[in-house]
Amino acid sequence: MLPKINNMVVLAALAGALSLPRICAADTEFSTGSSDPLIQYINEQITQTWEDNEVEPSEVASDAEWLRRVYLDIIGRIPSAEEVDEFLNDSSETKRSVTIDELLAHPDYVRNFTEVWTNLLIGRNTPDGTSRPGMQKFLRESFARNRPWNEIVYDLVTAEGHFEENGAVNFILAQLQGNANSEDYHVEATAKLTRVLLGMQVQCTQCHDHPFNDWKQNQFWEFNSFLRQTRRIDHERYDAASGQMVDDYSELSYRDFDGPVYYEMRNGLVQVAFPNYLGESFEERGINRREKLGKMMAYEDESQTVARAMVNRTWAHFMGYGFTRPVDDMGPHNTPSHPELLDRLSDEFVKSGYDVKQLIRWICNTNAYNLTSQFGEANEFDNPAAGEVPLFSHMYVKTMTAEQLYDSLLVATNAHASGAGNYERSEQQRMRWMQDYLRIFGGNEDDEPTLFSGSIPQALLMMNGPLVQKAIDAEKGSYLHSVLSNTSFRNDSARIQALFVSSLGRLPSRNEITQIKKLMQLSRDPLTAYQDLYWALLNSNEFIVNH
Amino acid sequence: MSQQTRKDRTTHAGMTRRHFMNHLALGGASTLGAAHFLSTLEANAAQVQKNQKSCILVWLQGGAPTIDMWDLKPGSKNGGEFQPISTRGDFEICEHLPEIAKEMDSMSVVRSLSTREADHERGRYYMHTSFVPNPTVVHPTFGSVVSYELGSKRKELEIPSFVSIGGGSMSPGFLGMTHAPFVVDRRGQIQNAGMDGMDQQRLRQRLQMLGTIEDGFIRSERGDIGQAHKDVYTKAVNLMTSEQMRAFKADDEPAEVREMYGSHEFGNTLIMARRLVQTGVPFVEVQFPGGWDLHNDVFNTLRTQRLPMLDTGLAGLVRDLKQRGMLDDTCIVVMGEFGRTPRINQNVGRDHWATSWSALIGGGGLAGGRAIGETDADGLRVISESYLPGDLWATVAHALRIPLDTVHTSKRGRPMKIVNGGQPIQGLIG
Repeated sequence: MLPKINNMVVLAALAGALSLPRICAADTEFSTGSSDPLIQYINEQITQTWEDNEVEPSEVASDAEWLRRVYLDIIGRIPSAEEVDEFLNDSSETKRSVTIDELLAHPDYVRNFTEVWTNLLIGRNTPDGTSRPGMQKFLRESFARNRPWNEIVYDLVTAEGHFEENGAVNFILAQLQGNANSEDYHVEATAKLTRVLLGMQVQCTQCHDHPFNDWKQNQFWEFNSFLRQTRRIDHERYDAASGQMVDDYSELSYRDFDGPVYYEMRNGLVQVAFPNYLGESFEERGINRREKLGKMMAYEDESQTVARAMVNRTWAHFMGYGFTRPVDDMGPHNTPSHPELLDRLSDEFVKSGYDVKQLIRWICNTNAYNLTSQFGEANEFDNPAAGEVPLFSHMYVKTMTAEQLYDSLLVATNAHASGAGNYERSEQQRMRWMQDYLRIFGGNEDDEPTLFSGSIPQALLMMNGPLVQKAIDAEKGSYLHSVLSNTSFRNDSARIQALFVSSLGRLPSRNEITQIKKLMQLSRDPLTAYQDLYWALLNSNEFIVNH
Repeated sequence: MSQQTRKDRTTHAGMTRRHFMNHLALGGASTLGAAHFLSTLEANAAQVQKNQKSCILVWLQGGAPTIDMWDLKPGSKNGGEFQPISTRGDFEICEHLPEIAKEMDSMSVVRSLSTREADHERGRYYMHTSFVPNPTVVHPTFGSVVSYELGSKRKELEIPSFVSIGGGSMSPGFLGMTHAPFVVDRRGQIQNAGMDGMDQQRLRQRLQMLGTIEDGFIRSERGDIGQAHKDVYTKAVNLMTSEQMRAFKADDEPAEVREMYGSHEFGNTLIMARRLVQTGVPFVEVQFPGGWDLHNDVFNTLRTQRLPMLDTGLAGLVRDLKQRGMLDDTCIVVMGEFGRTPRINQNVGRDHWATSWSALIGGGGLAGGRAIGETDADGLRVISESYLPGDLWATVAHALRIPLDTVHTSKRGRPMKIVNGGQPIQGLIG
């Protein structure tokens, strides 16, 4: 089906734009259609901080702006022209909450969250002796079944075995390199596990007491002590073709270790550290330490550290900023921006059975998530990029990740039409195409999503790279070809609109149509004009940001 | 309003018309262009001599057996097959490096590196950044530090301020993609920068369309991101159409210059590096073509392949820089991720070794002709003061006039000293 863009849609969209509700303290007429009382609570908490800080929230985002955002955030790509069209034509008052549910049930939700978490757990560049497909398979199955987050965490912390048969092992495997008997062998795993899963940066205490809180140096080594019974084993096999030994597989294995860890204080004194999880110590011999740690984190921690870390990170995924900065540096030294809200959301997340989809549903249905990213005088002060505490009085603009950009380009251009086949095969092909995008746009997985760090090779790849070239060559099967050859687009305006919708997810303004038509007349022929327009749309700042 | 719009359309989108037209005039007339460019290079060179510092890093991927190159151990069971020869400096080097031996009055060897990381990835990270890998932060490679400190001040520079020839160098880390190495292949090809099949008229047409859409987004008040994006595109278009792009064309050099560098792939990449430095690029990394991870057959490989190429190429670079009066402003560092075991293994190879090894360093006003530090008779231990990568890079920072107390802030707000608190090696800066 090709998108139907006609004047009726334009009128409907314009009418919608004129009647967008405003959210203010006294009058919360806006609703996504969800009636969950927790959403009401979140709205009240956020509204309270607006009042306390004397900012006025921005208006509710237009349907087009919101739809593009929610697609990118939940399923990792922009909506197709057809999906935009359908949503804009839907007059139901609950269409936003319905869309959130539909996207959470979409297969691309699983793929997107698998990608996001693979990058967090093992990085974009897979370390040696680590199976990316294994990690992805574990996460894919977990997100597809919406497994409780604490169970996923338990597996990540305690898994043992072959890196493809038990994909969860890859999280710790990726952090174990070098000599297994070195005192440093478990340092990276300690730092990564506490940071990513507990939202705690204990690594500062590897060498000294924490400068800003009560954490002592022993804390790092107490966590480290939990991981000492762990090592990687890399198996090789004989390769007849080359006559040499080659890598076969890796496994995460038990390592015989008991007793304390010894570490040196700055004054040279040597100290001992037994496993200790936030005050609870395990000094007895003969216990499986990783299993203890997993149990404490997933099931027995009364302060719900795992849940708080996940709530904070997920909030940041959708809103651009978490309740703390950085999002994984929570603790007594770093007061959250909205402490009560964070407490309550964490409680509810635990009560829901660590239901990740439910957490996303709550966040996406809040008023704050539904605001436009445009700000004005009344809230320009709410600017976390300038170091202010985020008040969530407007949406913060995020840069697309390499993966989002690539997948969105495919949606806008239809280059993936030829990529049918089974999951493994299309995924392999996609990975090959994606290498350029990952290498050139990949950057650092620790980047805040709101950070823009553009480079010349990025611009060159978008301007002249093979994917965009192919997208605008207007060959049969491409989106551009389908617009130009479809007689239901009766005139230039209709075709220009179609190209705006498929790339930017919105209709062009009247002024934009006028300007673009003028420019198109300067082209040597109509095809060139449309190619250049589509090139410009795909290369624009508006395309590459999630606003 | 419409007046304003017309004006915008003819001049916006990141490229002045004059610049554009200049380039148009040059297009296709490559001989004329080359001549013109060379005179520009010479003019630039005069300026570089006065005030522009730069560094060329020659990276020996795999970890070179420096015990067979810069710190020979004749008479030891670890000594291997090569004999030392004297140099113009106050020390000896390998007999298969005769050309660079003649330039050793300008270059020095640091023989007492002791760097603990003997894994390729970890060593590569450590030697490029001065920091050991840390799970919470990605440290910038030193080229990115130089790009950040010096590149942003060189307004006349239209090409990136950190170029890596023949491979990727390392990450810019928390300094951001703006300071990422700009990667070109050994022939100077830049991915996606070609204007093949596109005329200037068409590019301008596209950029005008782009401007219309981008400016609307910038005006919509969503933060700085819209303008930041436009600025990067401006730089990219300037690059595509810049005359300075000719710096990547080593083939434009006269044959006698190419002969001076050995007339081989490595020499050509060094010529490119010199042309880039002449144009004002403050940091160029050159990946040596051919690996140094010589677990097998180390002596044959060195004698017949690696050393002759390294020797003629490097000697050519030093001579050329000297002749052009650029050596005192251009630092040269030659190293890989570690050295190799003094013990020769059963495959007549040497394995990874970070405990005691050497790097070559010189130019940029640093002292030449010196051997800094010392290893024992079998090459197994450093018996003098030992040095870390941070000390090497501190020495380079000193030569480039980058203050050592410069502090960068990681994305987590953690202040970090450049070169990890390393100190310049006194014997080189005295």
